[in-house]
Amino acid sequence: MHNLEAILAMGLVTLLCRATPFIFFMKRKPPAVLDFVQRYIPPMIMTILVLNSFKGLRFGLAPFGLPEIASALAVAALQLWRRNALISIVGGTGLYMLLIRVL
Amino acid sequence: MHSNSEAPRVKVLGPAFTASIPVLLGYSTIGIAFGLLVVKAGLPWFLSPVMSIVIYAGAAQFMAIALLAAGTDIVQMAILTLVINARHMVYGLSLLDRFAVCRRWKGYLIYALTDETYGLLTTVSPPEGARSESFYAAVSALDESYWVAGSLVGAVIGGLVPTEYTKGLDFALTALFVVLLVEQIRSIRRIEPYAIATAATVLAFVLFGPANLLVIAILASIAGILAFRRRLP
Repeated sequence: MHNLEAILAMGLVTLLCRATPFIFFMKRKPPAVLDFVQRYIPPMIMTILVLNSFKGLRFGLAPFGLPEIASALAVAALQLWRRNALISIVGGTGLYMLLIRVL
Repeated sequence: MHSNSEAPRVKVLGPAFTASIPVLLGYSTIGIAFGLLVVKAGLPWFLSPVMSIVIYAGAAQFMAIALLAAGTDIVQMAILTLVINARHMVYGLSLLDRFAVCRRWKGYLIYALTDETYGLLTTVSPPEGARSESFYAAVSALDESYWVAGSLVGAVIGGLVPTEYTKGLDFALTALFVVLLVEQIRSIRRIEPYAIATAATVLAFVLFGPANLLVIAILASIAGILAFRRRLP
């Protein structure tokens, strides 16, 4: 019973986090400053999420984060070149799976 | 029946599935790993899909395994969940306009707003002529189905899935974020948001370490972008 109650509590807190801005601005109009900030939230969040994926890397230890960095650069290069998300992601992930096996 | 509201639904599923394939690769493999851990921690197998549906937040769920196994008190678990998922409050801020037109699925879209789904909804445009709400709902529901299915498979037959072949497949989620970042750079051609977010993340990492990196970096970035309010459009 404790398990299910704890899971329910965690679910409610998560839902509350996701719903807060929608509840807060349900009746009132968002201030002008928010109009400015929300424009730059997606590019900033994507930057942070990419960097966050690398936070566990240990650059002092072989293979020095090389599979992650090289594969991420390959994804970016493929995306700039072909602009096909599937090719970029499958290609980069394939390269990563190869590199962690051979390096 | 020949109603206009029926037509778009057919059109969104294909594009939504294509957009969600990277999440399929990542969520199914990480979901299986999650389910496997649930069982390994001595918890009943059904808690894995239950957590994936009720909580539906990867990082918080992985944390919950250890806490549940240790019988941690509920208030403490709720507070830790708040710290991990506070970043989602910021996500909604940039979706107020996009979700304002949503009716039937709005509640579901808010519940299902993970990092990856947020990335897809803010970067991928709905197909021409389709209702954006239907496209958002299709992407969100597909993403969630991969996560729930993965966590169910992992808990039930996780031990049978050979990990030596799938190892590294979870890089698909990192790759997805890289693709979404490239597309953001294409549409917002200003150096400031990227430079500020990078500086904020590095600073947060140096000062506070890897724990809670996301929420600290996001708050610092917002403070940073506000400082540039006069210089940016």
